[in-house]
Amino acid sequence: MKKFQLPSHAPLLGRKAWTAFLLALIAVGLLAPVLNLVVPAGSPLHLSDFAVSLVGKIMCYAICALAMDLIWGYTGILSLGHGLFFALGGYVMGMYLMRQIGQDGNYKSDLPDFMVFLDWKELPWHWTLSDSFAATLMLVVLVPGVVAGVFGYFAFRSRIKGVYLSIITQAMTYAAMLLFFRNETGFGGNNGFTDFKRILDFPIATPNMRMTLFVLTGVTLLGFFLFSRWLVGSKYGRVLMAIRDAETRVMFSGYSPLPYKLSIWVISAVMCGIAGALYVPQVGIINPGEMSAANSIEMAVWAAVGGRGTLIGPIAGAFLVNGAKSWLTVTAPEFWLYFLGALFIAVTLYLPQGVVGLVAKLKNKQGGAA
Amino acid sequence: MTPDLLKQGAQRVAQSAQQRVQATESGGRSAGYGRVLQDADAVDVTHGRILYLEDVSVSFDGFKAINKLSLDIAPGELRCIIGPNGAGKTTMMDIITGKTRPDEGTVFFGSTIDLLRHNEPQIAQLGIGRKFQKPTVFEHLTVFENLELALKTHKGVKASMFFKLNSVQGDRLAEVLHTIHLADSVRVQAGTLSHGQKQWLEIGMLLMQDPKLLLLDEPVAGMTDHETERTAELFLTLKGKHSLMVVEHDMGFIRTISDIVTVLCDGAVLAQGTLDQVQADERVIEVYLGR
Repeated sequence: MKKFQLPSHAPLLGRKAWTAFLLALIAVGLLAPVLNLVVPAGSPLHLSDFAVSLVGKIMCYAICALAMDLIWGYTGILSLGHGLFFALGGYVMGMYLMRQIGQDGNYKSDLPDFMVFLDWKELPWHWTLSDSFAATLMLVVLVPGVVAGVFGYFAFRSRIKGVYLSIITQAMTYAAMLLFFRNETGFGGNNGFTDFKRILDFPIATPNMRMTLFVLTGVTLLGFFLFSRWLVGSKYGRVLMAIRDAETRVMFSGYSPLPYKLSIWVISAVMCGIAGALYVPQVGIINPGEMSAANSIEMAVWAAVGGRGTLIGPIAGAFLVNGAKSWLTVTAPEFWLYFLGALFIAVTLYLPQGVVGLVAKLKNKQGGAA
Repeated sequence: MTPDLLKQGAQRVAQSAQQRVQATESGGRSAGYGRVLQDADAVDVTHGRILYLEDVSVSFDGFKAINKLSLDIAPGELRCIIGPNGAGKTTMMDIITGKTRPDEGTVFFGSTIDLLRHNEPQIAQLGIGRKFQKPTVFEHLTVFENLELALKTHKGVKASMFFKLNSVQGDRLAEVLHTIHLADSVRVQAGTLSHGQKQWLEIGMLLMQDPKLLLLDEPVAGMTDHETERTAELFLTLKGKHSLMVVEHDMGFIRTISDIVTVLCDGAVLAQGTLDQVQADERVIEVYLGR
């Protein structure tokens, strides 16, 4: 037998992709701050504050879309409850921001305003660590991670699959929303948390802080993108795809699917939690509405529109759909939901591979014609 | 330390030295009753049986799919199983591989491993490979990636994240690729292979697992005559090194590969012997061959 050359696996990123990645890093970390903070407001090159906060918000959504792609696009588990993990991360950060208000609230009390309003005399137990930024950072990871871990363990151990799992995840986020709506659970009821003043003792509503959060979000998104590339490029990622395509074959090949599903489930939940924690200081509010069914479904729409199982697709999808949303809700607010529904139907029917699939198809056609 | 303690110690040392001289290969007089398995993975086949089913029964909604089935397979044997539709051939494989739990009976792998105590992935790791009736491969992965996934190695999450194919494993993979005649399609997505090639890929994935026992459910269904012939050759080379249990309907194929054929009917063994013997059996003719 002559020496046979086995194929090698693709590198983390190709040459072109590395270039694009570095350009994106420069755009987020250097270009955007200069155009927003240094270039004067009258100049055509000036990046408006509105654009910064909009893109910053969408980058948080893009992290969620990336997480959806890992769990849905690669592993074939359609979660309609990732909005919960996003909101949990957001609430943990929100609690810290509430404590940072200090005595500058309306009631000049040490307690957050809504607690004074409810006539509470001291902080409830689950607010114990909320004054420490380090603990907050840890809890941003731990809370969504543990909730996802416990839920996922029981769901996957019972071999709940497909549409049943989707429905349960939807019920989970809905139940959590009802819980957070109640005043006595200590999360500010339906008003949630708002009127934030400071973060790490720096005022929160300044151009510099806005830009800091923007850069942080962008770098996190790019970091998660690389991490996801590494994950799906490893044998671990191929086992995930194998679970998606033929789970029984995976089992009879000696893999127990439970730890694989559970680990990617927790990873994607933690990504959403971190996205939520970055989102809240940028938009300045968190309330139980973030846990509504529609929010979780929208995440699935971003991933589907961009193209499942491509990583870059869902990020593009988050930008496309949310860009269209912010434009349409200004020009024709009553049409937004119709547009979203039509988009979802059109993508499902005509673009199963999403925008990325469409681009690849057009490229192929061009290549064929030339 | 007092002198009498020293004396006692010296006596103990002398005694144990004497015992060591008396010890025989089987352990000698002071040997315990328990036996230490040299290799935790090893299947104990000292009793001449790699698979042993006794009085296994399972029913689905009152229908007895398997009814007091008893069957055993010797190490290195190639056993063919035939039987009419609904005889319980696939259900039997489901029981052996942990997919279905029987209502009663015992299923042993070697003479020490109770298969009913293990689940599907554990049984696969113990060394029982299974090919499904409908070829099942990972359609979106390449032929190479399919085989790499099946490779016998640590199959935990962390091990998979940091897995790198070493040269011994690479050689093994290349060898299997040639055995299943897919060396030219190594970069091809498995979903685009022909039906017969998918069957082969699945067999190749079994070989990558390096199983001691292979369960093959209709391995040549949908293959061309040429492919069937090559599959028969492959199975004959596997015989001896591995134990095989082959469920097939293709009598020509069975004639080529079989020593002993077991006929299943209504969830129990109806007849057993060479193909000619069972084909001459009146009861078999009645229920199955229908001539």
